Amino acid sequence: MTTDPNLDSPRTAVSNPPVQPMQANLGPGDVVRASAMPDLPPPTRELTPVAKLIDVSKCIGCKACQSACAEWNDTYPEIEENVGLYENPHDLTPDMFTLMRFSEYENPQTGDFEWLIRKDGCMHCADPGCLKACPAPGAIVQYSNGIVDFIHENCIGCGYCVTGCPFDIPRISQKTHVSYKCTLCSDRVAVGQGPACAKACPTQAIVFGTKDDMLAHAEARVEDLKSRGYDNAGIYDPQGVGGTHVFYVLHHADQPSLYSNLPEQPRISPVVEGWKGVTKTLGLAAIGAAAIGSVLHGLMTRANKVSAEDEIHAEELVEGREPPVPPGREVL
Amino acid sequence: MPKRIFSQPGDHIESRHPVTVSRYRGITRLNHWVTAASLIVLLLSGLALFHPALYFLTRLFGGGQMTRWLHPFVGVLLFFSFLLLFLQMWRLNLPRPEDRTWVSHIGEVVRGEEEKLPELGKYNAGQKFVFWAMSVLIVVLIVSGVMIWQQYFPDLVSIPVRRWAVLIHALAAVAIILTFILHVYAAIWTRGTIRAMTRGTVTGGWAWRHHRKWLRELAGREGGGPAE
Repeated sequence: MTTDPNLDSPRTAVSNPPVQPMQANLGPGDVVRASAMPDLPPPTRELTPVAKLIDVSKCIGCKACQSACAEWNDTYPEIEENVGLYENPHDLTPDMFTLMRFSEYENPQTGDFEWLIRKDGCMHCADPGCLKACPAPGAIVQYSNGIVDFIHENCIGCGYCVTGCPFDIPRISQKTHVSYKCTLCSDRVAVGQGPACAKACPTQAIVFGTKDDMLAHAEARVEDLKSRGYDNAGIYDPQGVGGTHVFYVLHHADQPSLYSNLPEQPRISPVVEGWKGVTKTLGLAAIGAAAIGSVLHGLMTRANKVSAEDEIHAEELVEGREPPVPPGREVL
Repeated sequence: MPKRIFSQPGDHIESRHPVTVSRYRGITRLNHWVTAASLIVLLLSGLALFHPALYFLTRLFGGGQMTRWLHPFVGVLLFFSFLLLFLQMWRLNLPRPEDRTWVSHIGEVVRGEEEKLPELGKYNAGQKFVFWAMSVLIVVLIVSGVMIWQQYFPDLVSIPVRRWAVLIHALAAVAIILTFILHVYAAIWTRGTIRAMTRGTVTGGWAWRHHRKWLRELAGREGGGPAE
């Protein structure tokens, strides 16, 4: 199988890349949303939505995806101490965009011990909380194929994306002071190659293609799992964030939190919505109204001026000749 | 010498013909202007990150990265600078019975009909409101601000707490900007006020008109005796 250079996105990650010269896509004309840029021009074309499917039931925990990720992105995750956990490194870091998370689960129904391994990383939400929270114009963009990407030269390192993300994914580097996460290998996808992790996965637990193809594949996988006794097998493509362009097949889709606290009902927090919505709009309006109102009041009303009489009274007071208190005046 | 009730050390009648009254010592004025400058820098850099329409303000500070770096440090400066002001001013900003009367006559305050208002000490209820609003909001802002200070406190609070912190920080910032506008406008509208924070003195007429109890107390302390 080879990739057709005339397609707008690769349909698989396993094939070799096209050898014919091709135009790279995912340029400015493919951006559908950009952080802090409400008046972005519409994209010049619509790319086919892509997705990466992670079939947790097929994962053997080999971490080839992590190695491929670090290699492709040229990151050097810090070498850490072994503290008795399988996770390595201990968490997502600015140099580790994807992480195998291991949970040990004793299934109360079957009494079986299950090793649930989930490849964690950016979900590429259709409604990205990071993008909503970001204050820097164009630091986070969403392409029409669904990829959410960080444009590091526009990033200011404020950490608002961390606040906005429902999945706790972005990590801010203490060296470069910009935020990092999985790019869904946008730089590979733009030239007809699937993501590095999917390419490296030896069991094809990670597969890549159009979102429609991946959903169809996922449904077949769910059916297969159900026939093998996993009655609650299902797809994790959370609609609270509009669906995601990285999604899972889970054997226990009824309990996503078993998989190292995968959120049950992820959505952009209402607190973040309130901050970026009504607070921003009404706050700025209130400040503007107060500023304009005080200028108008200043122009249209008389200022409070001290009179010559006031000065005379003050002199009398200081000289010890108390001026008479006018009748009816309240003295408290 | 009678006990001070409406004035504080440093306040005194500076000259008698015409009457000028010293309202703020040099150190207090410096303290005020450091606080004011910090607040203005915070306001501009904070608004730049608050609304995309104002992101251009980051250019004043050398770009987005510099703005993000600078804002929290100036916040710390403002906190300590205001703390010094607070220690000097809190006592005379405690509420007094005449404040209630002043507030109930707020219409006359706005119309400038001060002859219908009670005599006041060094601060009126409006000034006291600004003082306490600033005090409370600055504490809210520094606490919520440290919680979202990515560079030095990335893991101080959990992400759900951080979401509340950033919302509260934004709301408190809007409130403090409104308070700031009120403060500046009142100082301009009430003519003769700004010199209290530039030269440190006000005219006797100003003190008579707006803070008569304060002037009375200072005049009483001079009371023909030897100069202080």
